[in-house]
Amino acid sequence: MSVGEQPKRGVPEGLWVRCPGCKVTVFKKDVQARQNVCPEPNCGHHFYTSARDRIAQLLDDASFEEWDAEVRPLDPLGFVDRIPYSKRLVEEQAKTGMFDAAVTGKGFIRGRGVVLGITDFAFMAGSMGSVVGEKLTRAVERATEHRLPLILVSGSGGGARMQEGIFSLMQMVKVSAALARYQKAGGLYLSILTNPTMGGVAASWAFQGDLTLAEPKAMIGFAGARTIKNTIRLELPEGFQTSEFLLKHGFVDRIVHRQDLRTEVARIIDYCQLKG
Amino acid sequence: MPPSPLPFEEDIYELEQSLAVLEAAGPDAPNATELKRIRREILSLQKARFSNLQAWDTILVSRHPQRPQFLDYSGLIFEEFVELHGDRAFGDDRALRTGLARIGDFKVMLVGHHKGRNREERQQCFYGCAHPEGYRKALSKMQIAAKFGLPIVCLIDTPGAYPGIGAEQRGQSQLIATSILEMSQLPTPIVCVVIGEGGSGGALGIGVGDRVGMLQHAYYSVISPEGCAGILWKVATDETKPRAASALKLTANELLANKIIDEIIPEPIGGAHRNPREMGQSLKLCLIRWLRELTATPVETLLASRYDRYRSIGLFTEAVAAAE
Repeated sequence: MSVGEQPKRGVPEGLWVRCPGCKVTVFKKDVQARQNVCPEPNCGHHFYTSARDRIAQLLDDASFEEWDAEVRPLDPLGFVDRIPYSKRLVEEQAKTGMFDAAVTGKGFIRGRGVVLGITDFAFMAGSMGSVVGEKLTRAVERATEHRLPLILVSGSGGGARMQEGIFSLMQMVKVSAALARYQKAGGLYLSILTNPTMGGVAASWAFQGDLTLAEPKAMIGFAGARTIKNTIRLELPEGFQTSEFLLKHGFVDRIVHRQDLRTEVARIIDYCQLKG
Repeated sequence: MPPSPLPFEEDIYELEQSLAVLEAAGPDAPNATELKRIRREILSLQKARFSNLQAWDTILVSRHPQRPQFLDYSGLIFEEFVELHGDRAFGDDRALRTGLARIGDFKVMLVGHHKGRNREERQQCFYGCAHPEGYRKALSKMQIAAKFGLPIVCLIDTPGAYPGIGAEQRGQSQLIATSILEMSQLPTPIVCVVIGEGGSGGALGIGVGDRVGMLQHAYYSVISPEGCAGILWKVATDETKPRAASALKLTANELLANKIIDEIIPEPIGGAHRNPREMGQSLKLCLIRWLRELTATPVETLLASRYDRYRSIGLFTEAVAAAE
C-alpha cells in the first residue's frame, strides 16, 4: 500500500471517496467528520489535511491569529522547467488559495498559548523555499521572544524546493539557527510529522524537535524511495520510511492518531514548562 | 602524463599528445618553435575554455577522477593530520573524515568528505556519500573543537548523503538536522570550502560556517542535476542534465552573485587536477586569511554574524500592511 495514493478513477467525484488504506469506498462527509480519517473500523487511514483544517483541528475555536500572511514568493533564479516557476506559482496560488506552502501564527490549545507553523502538501508538495523558510523563522523568533511553546507540523513531501535552488537549501540553516536559539532559551519545540515529510525539511526543522510526534503511517525519510531503489538496486522492505519504521528505529517519540493530537500536545505542554 | 580529458577539451588533449611526442624526441629537437607554438596554443585554448565553462562542464570538472580530494589536501596544505575515527555509536564512516590538523600557525579540527582515489577506496567511501554515523562523528569532533577553542575547517566534496536502507534506518535526516542546528551555534570559528561537489543536505551537514567559499569549478546545489532532470523531465539524459544544471544556478560565480558564498578560490588553468600543488597553495592562503580574521573576532560577535549571515538569505516580497 502506498500512503499518498490517489483515489482510483471511476469513483464518483464529490460525495464518495475510495480509501487508499482499506480500499473501501466511504462517504466523504464521514471522513470529514473524523478530521479526515477513514471511518472504517480497523482502518483509520489518515487522509491529507489542509493547513486550514489542521488549525481548526488543533486549536481552540477562533483562537488563531495568523502572522505574515502577506509574505509572497518570488523567482530568485528565473527558473524554467516545463513551465516557468513564476507561472507555476500563480497556478499553485490559484489552486490552493495560499501564497505559498506555510501558514504560521499564534493560538490556543485548550487554553494554552502556542505558536503554530504548518506546511501544506497541496502547495508544491509542501516544499520549502524562501517564503516557507522566512515565515517559519519569524514564527520561531517570535516564540522565543514571547516565551511560548512552538509546534511545527510538517507536510513537506517536496523537501527543499528545487525551483529556488540554493536559496531553498539555505533556508534549512536559517530555520535551524532560529530553533537553536529558541531551544537554548528554554523553549519547548514539538515537531509533528505528517504524511509526507522528506528531504531537506526532514533533514532540518522536522527532526530538530525536543519531542517528535508522528501521525500513523506517514511517509517520512531523507532520500526518496525511487532514488534509494536506483542506488542499491534492491527491493525496499515493507513499511520502509513510515512513522512506524521511524518509531522502531528510535527517531520518533510517539505515533499519535490525529484525533488525539490536541490532547497529547496539551498534556506535553503541561509537563514541559519554560523555567523561570 | 596529462590527466584524462574532459569531453569539452578533446582538441586540447590532442595537442597535448602531439606535444608529448615532440618532447619525447629530446631537448634539442629541431622543431623548438613548433613546441613553443603548441604550448602557447594549449594555454590559450585552456584559458578561453575554462574562463567560460557552461554549468554542466563545471559539473564534469568538479567530478574529474583526478581532481584533488580531502586526503590530497590534508597532505598538501596541512602540516599534520591526526585522524580521529570514532562516532561512539555505530561505526567509522570512510566517506567523512575528521582529525586534528595544523595549517600555518593554526591548530584546527579538519573535517571533510573523501570520495576515494582508486576503485577500492571509492567503494569504501561510497564515492563520498556519507552515512548518519559520518555526520555523528563530524559533529562530535566539532564539539570537541569548540570545547578546546580549535577553529573548524570543513572541506565539502559529496554528491549527496548516501541514499540507502541502512542510512534511513540509522536516521540520515536526524543526524544531518542535528549537525546543521549545532553548527549554527558552535562557539568557535568555522570555515567551509566546497572543493568539488556540494551535493545538497549531504554537503550542508558539514557546511554551516562563518565563511563559506568554493573552488572556482566546484558546484553547490539543492539537488544533483541528474535528480533535478529526473523529476522535471522524467528522464536524466544528455539533453536534460545540462538544462537542469543551468537552471539550478549552481556554479561558484552564480553563488557569489547571489551572496550565498563569500569567496571563489581560483583554480589553476585547466582545473585543480592539472596542478594540485598550486590549487593547494591558493586554498591554504585563503583558509589562513579567514582563520586570522575569525580568530581575532570575539565569539559573541562571531555567533551573531553567523546567525545574520543565514538569516538574511531568501528572496520574497511582502505587501505593506495598510494598518499595523
